[in-house]
Amino acid sequence: MGRGKDMKLSIPEIEIMSPGHLACQGCGATLAFRYAIKALGKKTIVAIPACCWSVIDGPFPYSSAGVPVFHTAFETAASTASGIKAALEIKGIGDVNVLAWAGDGGTMDIGIQALSGAVERGEDIIYVCYDNEAYMNTGIQRSSSTPQGAWTSTTPVIKYKKMPKKDMIEIMVAHGIPYTATANIAFPEDFIGKLEKAKTIKGPKFIQIISPCPVGWKFSSHLTIKIAKLAFETCIYPLYEVKDGIYKVRRPNKKKGINEYLKMQRRFSHLDNSEIDNMQRWIDSKWQNLIEKEARSVPAEKYESPKSTKETKTTDIV
Amino acid sequence: MHRRVSCQSDQIRKREKIKRMADITKKVVTGNHAVSYGALLSRAEVIAAYPITPQTEVVEKLSEMVANGELRAKFINVESEHSAMAACIGASATGARAFTATSSQGLALMHELLHWATGARLPIVMANINRSMGPPWNIWSEQTDSLAQRDTGWLQFYCENNQEIIDTIIQAYRVSETVYLPAMVVLDAFYHSHTMEGVEIPNQSAIDAFLPQYNPIYKLDVNEPHTFGGLTSPEWYYELRYKIQSAMDKSIKVIKDTAREYEKITHRKYGLLEEYRTEDADMLIVAAGALSETVKEAVDLLRQKRKTRIGLLRIRTFRPFPKEDIKKILKNVEIVGVIDRNISFGNEGIFFQEIKSALCNEKIKPGIYGFIAGLGGRDVMVEDIIGVADILAKPGNKKDIVWVGAKI
Repeated sequence: MGRGKDMKLSIPEIEIMSPGHLACQGCGATLAFRYAIKALGKKTIVAIPACCWSVIDGPFPYSSAGVPVFHTAFETAASTASGIKAALEIKGIGDVNVLAWAGDGGTMDIGIQALSGAVERGEDIIYVCYDNEAYMNTGIQRSSSTPQGAWTSTTPVIKYKKMPKKDMIEIMVAHGIPYTATANIAFPEDFIGKLEKAKTIKGPKFIQIISPCPVGWKFSSHLTIKIAKLAFETCIYPLYEVKDGIYKVRRPNKKKGINEYLKMQRRFSHLDNSEIDNMQRWIDSKWQNLIEKEARSVPAEKYESPKSTKETKTTDIV
Repeated sequence: MHRRVSCQSDQIRKREKIKRMADITKKVVTGNHAVSYGALLSRAEVIAAYPITPQTEVVEKLSEMVANGELRAKFINVESEHSAMAACIGASATGARAFTATSSQGLALMHELLHWATGARLPIVMANINRSMGPPWNIWSEQTDSLAQRDTGWLQFYCENNQEIIDTIIQAYRVSETVYLPAMVVLDAFYHSHTMEGVEIPNQSAIDAFLPQYNPIYKLDVNEPHTFGGLTSPEWYYELRYKIQSAMDKSIKVIKDTAREYEKITHRKYGLLEEYRTEDADMLIVAAGALSETVKEAVDLLRQKRKTRIGLLRIRTFRPFPKEDIKKILKNVEIVGVIDRNISFGNEGIFFQEIKSALCNEKIKPGIYGFIAGLGGRDVMVEDIIGVADILAKPGNKKDIVWVGAKI
């Protein structure tokens, strides 16, 4: 089967990212970047804090990103991106996307302060958190994004993670962010579509993309896409977006039980049936909650800045 | 004939002086506002800052300048000093002239990124208002905050008065952008920050000629994509560090050349060091910052009343450390007292250590003694400096380190 005339790709054909990167086999985060940069194009500057991508990009003097990259300190993705954007604005360069590209630790733990600050200030940047649910680059340590029940190298089996994953999207919604969404490497059209939408929106945009990690989640590297798909189908990692307060949730054709997803990853192999049942109940209630949120979501009130005091009529004051 | 020529040149000089005076604005400003005017004249393009006493007025003034259009810049109200430096780094890497100001705890919070700015070779200029570190809370002057950043690869300039603050910010940009290293301009809490002095605000067009727009060799540019700061093996990292040291070495000449150029437009000359009445001195006091003005007064008094042949060596540039010049100056002196408004616990004052290490291989060297003074903003009076001179003048063995005026 050759690539006939009729074959039409559902994602941009352009390959900006080059081969020769340093990712592990089956790395979800690498696919995520490849898709992201297809969507955003060559007119993009990327800030990457400490994360797997500090390594994946390639050893000096090589880089696989294909666009300008500034490697920065762990907790500074959002603040460095803010500085880049400010410089572009003062130079009158308006057609360049600024992308902060960080892992879950750099986003939800050490980088949350800088991210919160940037979103509150309304910085015109796109922030993507590629979520592999632990500190993978340093050897699978627990992050606040690690899901309940998972083994990590700092939550050993006898004391596996009891707290649920931090809900970063809701934190972003609480900031009144213009656009936030989850994405999944098994659904590139959806991810690319969301980034293309993000490009057109002024202000901060936050996308969190599930990026399975064969090494850290303990599965065979050919299963990355399958596991990512299951994360969507089991609703443990729902695909949805919140634009100006309006939720839009993508539903799987048939919601699957969590068992299949858990059984494929040895990081959950210690869980017994009662623990799995508990987890299922938690996922169901979260999913139900999300569907309800979607049903009752109303457009966020547009904040209008108060009129300048200069315009106030002084005659009104007696 | 000869007389007439000299007369003519006098007239020209006079005319030039009048012309120069017409170009200059005189203002009475605090040290903090002197910093703001320095950044304004340097045409900083991105300012990211977080408030901390006693630095707040610097950024308040700058935000006002940006808001009213006096300064064409982006002002980012970040949520921490850590983000302030990160934003400056992002902006500078994109080719903008970046500025921030901080103090004490704020500088300590930035520490990680001070290394980052140097490693990324970004000529960011930052004002640091010397303030003590907590606990206990204390907002007054002490140099330990900036000296603790000694090994981050930032150029460090210590100012004596508000005029020098404006002049140093402007020169710091030119030096930094020549050697691609960041620079810290240091002033004293309250002695400078909140004290008003008359200053000359240099003419903008003269400064524009002196400090053209920042245009780096490499920057984040979508038309010429590069990766900055990626994973670098021991095969290359070592040489990159050598390059930073070479840039520091080179900066000694650049600072001197820049001072000469700056003198042409303002008739004020600054260098690595300032010598005050050292020509025939056999006793020298070494100091930095606002304290040195007090030392100058004590030197005048001692020379006048006691005929002591005493002088002051003021360290203006701490990094790069002007070793060669210091050696030359101290060669002819019998005894030196180094006054440190800072301390490296477990050892001694930081300037004291540095001066001693600069001289360690010299065959002829003076006796050098350390004095700790004025920590946490304790006033150091002229009498205290006279006390230091008394200790130095007294024959016999001396303590290696003396705590001036401490209730101990």
